[in-house]
Amino acid sequence: MEQLKRDYKIILSNYIHNQNESNLYTGQNFIKRLIQKNVSPEEVISIHKQALEEIIEDLPESTIHAYDFLIEVMVHFGLKLKEHQSLLMKQEELRIEMEVAARIQNTLLETTIPNPENLDIGMVSVPLRKMNGDYVHFMHDHKRYLSIAVTDVVGKGVPAALCMSMVKYGLDTLEYANSNPSYVLEALNQLIEKSVDDSMFVSMCYSRYDLETDIFTWSSAGHEPPLYYDSREKVYYDLESKELLLGILPEVKYSQHDIKLNENDFIILMTDGVTDFRKQENFDPRQYIKELALSCRHLNAQEMCENIYKKLQVLHNYELEDDFTIVIIKK
Amino acid sequence: MTEKVTVEIVTEVDIVTARKLGRKEAKIIGFNKVDQARITTAIGELAKNIFQYAPVGKIIIERIVKDDKKGVSITSIDHGPGILDVQKILEDGDSYGGGLSSVKRLVDTMHILSEVGKGTTIKVEKWLR
Ligand SMILES: Nc1ncnc2c1ncn2[C@@H]1O[C@H](COP(=O)(O)OP(=O)(O)OP(=O)(O)O)[C@@H](O)[C@H]1O
Ligand SMILES: [Mg+2]
Repeated sequence: MEQLKRDYKIILSNYIHNQNESNLYTGQNFIKRLIQKNVSPEEVISIHKQALEEIIEDLPESTIHAYDFLIEVMVHFGLKLKEHQSLLMKQEELRIEMEVAARIQNTLLETTIPNPENLDIGMVSVPLRKMNGDYVHFMHDHKRYLSIAVTDVVGKGVPAALCMSMVKYGLDTLEYANSNPSYVLEALNQLIEKSVDDSMFVSMCYSRYDLETDIFTWSSAGHEPPLYYDSREKVYYDLESKELLLGILPEVKYSQHDIKLNENDFIILMTDGVTDFRKQENFDPRQYIKELALSCRHLNAQEMCENIYKKLQVLHNYELEDDFTIVIIKK
Repeated sequence: MTEKVTVEIVTEVDIVTARKLGRKEAKIIGFNKVDQARITTAIGELAKNIFQYAPVGKIIIERIVKDDKKGVSITSIDHGPGILDVQKILEDGDSYGGGLSSVKRLVDTMHILSEVGKGTTIKVEKWLR
């Protein structure tokens, strides 16, 4: 501290005798040293006052009083600064905690895309923030059936992630690749309704694929309707179903529907993050995605997903506003 | 021997009196201008809390000596409503700048004894460096 005071006195004295830029520059560099040493604002003023008293012998009383006044009021600035520093530290702690939580979530919700002989499956799932509120659950018993659950928790961040862990647990315990989609949704609905906070809802599209007959059976609980492209008729079908989100009411019944997939047909399963075009008006996002997918249907399912994701990123100026999940299955 | 000054806090003017006497003691003990301002600020916050929440009590300012160190201790005593959750107040204040967490930063040690319905005693010490 004493060294700092001596140095400051020299710098200040130089400036008083010669008001040039180089002396100012030296002064600013000196302040950086003070910051590194954690010197508080009131101390800086005190150092200045002391140096001035030594440089100018007959400093008027009133000036000294003015400095004392400044020291006094700057005490609160010093406190604010420390508050700010402690906030930054807390923020850093939270960031680290979040990172750990996100890692745990990733491990917990890890999915491997099945690779059956006669069906091509691709997926892209990108969280908006660290924790993903979307989740895709595949199950393949290496026999006849394969199941795909695409889930979106209404809500974001940590609460959504916690809820998602429960959905995953539910799927793991009650599901077999050959279960009926309507049954899976009904059972999950019970579980979520009972155990999750009232403000938390889950949308899910649950589907089962029969690899022997190429029948795609699906049920939806308030989920973004999948798109089915019939390559023989060259038309898209919106797989609409106006059924309730999971977790709202107990004892909800869900219906299920069958589609037979032929060569080159494909189905797009997605979350509403894909069709969310808040900024664009007079624009039909689902139509846009239909066209996008058509334009790249010569690619394999994974490449199609990645291509659509990239195109949408560009369209949104790399500022997607929601978790983004798309799954394509292609015959 | 310890010197001791007591200020009864009843009206807002008493807060200023406590600050004035505290600054005087700090100066006599040998604290520099910056530490005088800090000690005074701490006294002001403690006295203001008595006035706002107790709403009467007292501030005791003492010169203290330990080994070859000199310092000042400030004790605030009231028989007001007490503080429900001291830890929470210190933690929240740490982020939002409450008086008590400021006091904690301005001094070397702080001890809080508070019982709901009975009152609050806060003792802080600051040593001369
Ligand atoms: N002597 C006391 N008796 C009862 N409650 C108190 C006392 N001192 C503080 N408190 C309680 O602790 C809380 C926090 O006090 P603190 O001084 O940290 O902040 P504040 O008084 O709310 O804000 P500030 O001091 O910045 O004006 C007060 O809101 C009050 O409820
Ligand atoms: Mg206060």
